[in-house]
Amino acid sequence: MKYMMFVCTDTEPERDESTVPDIDVWVAENDASGRRVAGNELVAPSSATTVRVRGGELLLSDGPFAETKEVVVGFDILECADLDEAIAVAAAHPMAYGGRIELRPFREF
Amino acid sequence: MWEFYGRIVAALIRVTGDWGLAEDCAQEAMAAAVERWPRDGKPDNPGGWLMAVARNRAIDVLRRKAVEQTKLREVAMLWAAPEQHEIEDDRLRLIFTCCHPALALEARVALTLRTVAGVPTPDIARAFLVTESTMTRRITRAKTKIADARIPYRVPSGVALGERLPGVLAVLYLLFTRGYDADGEPAFAAEAIRLARLLTELMPAEPEVSGLLALFLLQHSRRDARRDASGDLVPLDRQDRSRWDSGAIAEGLELLRGTAVTGPYAIQAHIAAGHATGAGWSVIAGWYDELARVQPSPIVELNRAVAHGHAYGAEAGLSLLTVVREKLEGYPAVLAVEADLTAKAGDLERAADLFRAAAAAAPAEVERRALLARAAEL
Repeated sequence: MKYMMFVCTDTEPERDESTVPDIDVWVAENDASGRRVAGNELVAPSSATTVRVRGGELLLSDGPFAETKEVVVGFDILECADLDEAIAVAAAHPMAYGGRIELRPFREF
Repeated sequence: MWEFYGRIVAALIRVTGDWGLAEDCAQEAMAAAVERWPRDGKPDNPGGWLMAVARNRAIDVLRRKAVEQTKLREVAMLWAAPEQHEIEDDRLRLIFTCCHPALALEARVALTLRTVAGVPTPDIARAFLVTESTMTRRITRAKTKIADARIPYRVPSGVALGERLPGVLAVLYLLFTRGYDADGEPAFAAEAIRLARLLTELMPAEPEVSGLLALFLLQHSRRDARRDASGDLVPLDRQDRSRWDSGAIAEGLELLRGTAVTGPYAIQAHIAAGHATGAGWSVIAGWYDELARVQPSPIVELNRAVAHGHAYGAEAGLSLLTVVREKLEGYPAVLAVEADLTAKAGDLERAADLFRAAAAAAPAEVERRALLARAAEL
């Protein structure tokens, strides 16, 4: 079962930084176990371009599709047996402490 | 008959993974029993009879869906008379899945009532003051999420069990208080006790599970004495003790004797036991100190102030209340407690004003009447 892991910022991060795990360790462990299929950090939302086609016309706008305080700063695609396993993987990511992580299952056909 | 519902649903979900199918087949088995038992007589093994009907129904449906042979064989293997441990494992799996923390708390409570306890959706909707269609959506959404996000159908083990158990107990506790509150649904309190009893049998080594059941039994023992003939609430110190359920009290106390105090439910059970046995307010105040330590919250502080007021004088209670007053802003019960302590401290005029203010803020009509009666007494 694949899960998209949106890595987001949060306005109230964990204050005790000594408890935050290391990102390199997280990537290495989950790559080795096969739970991390792909993933990357993203450039700031100010660099985003929003694309729409309406009435055959291409409409572009500068910036993200929604202005929010919390923004997506990265993503990972996980391959896990079930939600509990995906939660365990997400909870070990440094941004679960410094930000927040949203887990979304892939639609299965 | 409904005690069989949850276990049939639990077994069918395990084998088919299909919540909707499991519930439909269990309900059809119930309906068949309602129709046939009065005519043909109740079978010797009612649970086995119901399981067999539900199982055959599930096989029919799956056959029509052309499900692969292996799954059909698994369903056919569902015994009409399963081993006791199999029933227990299934029901425990169902409870833990319904109470998964990835579901909203209100959805967990509704799903547990519907799926584990078999309570009809309209009854759940009425108790939670929402329309039937809203409740149906809430339950459907929860079941869809279980399937889409693949919330596992299993009891967590090891460290995860310790993390997840409090969430399950919180659902049962909410269920109980829903049934016990002034305008609650009394059947829910009984249902919460039934589920807590089941959980105690399934997890006898977990002290907080036994503590929760003891708490329910001890509180529930006062159900007949809590209201007078006109339905008004009667405070604890004015209740007719002969109307307390001595059997429930004895069972609660017996449970506590064998239970280590490791968390908030066992502590609250000891508080309820203190009330039931007339242990004295200094004992109860001591347990509230302990509760405030392991589970600090404004409500605990409020009750702690009440207990200290009884044990060590109104001034002691009022001074504790002063310390936490800021955190308690917006709790209607604060005014009632302050009124009671102020009356005991001798300032009757101010106490009457506070009782009237508390009545104006009370959420339920029975509480409002009780508070106005106190104001009139002063």
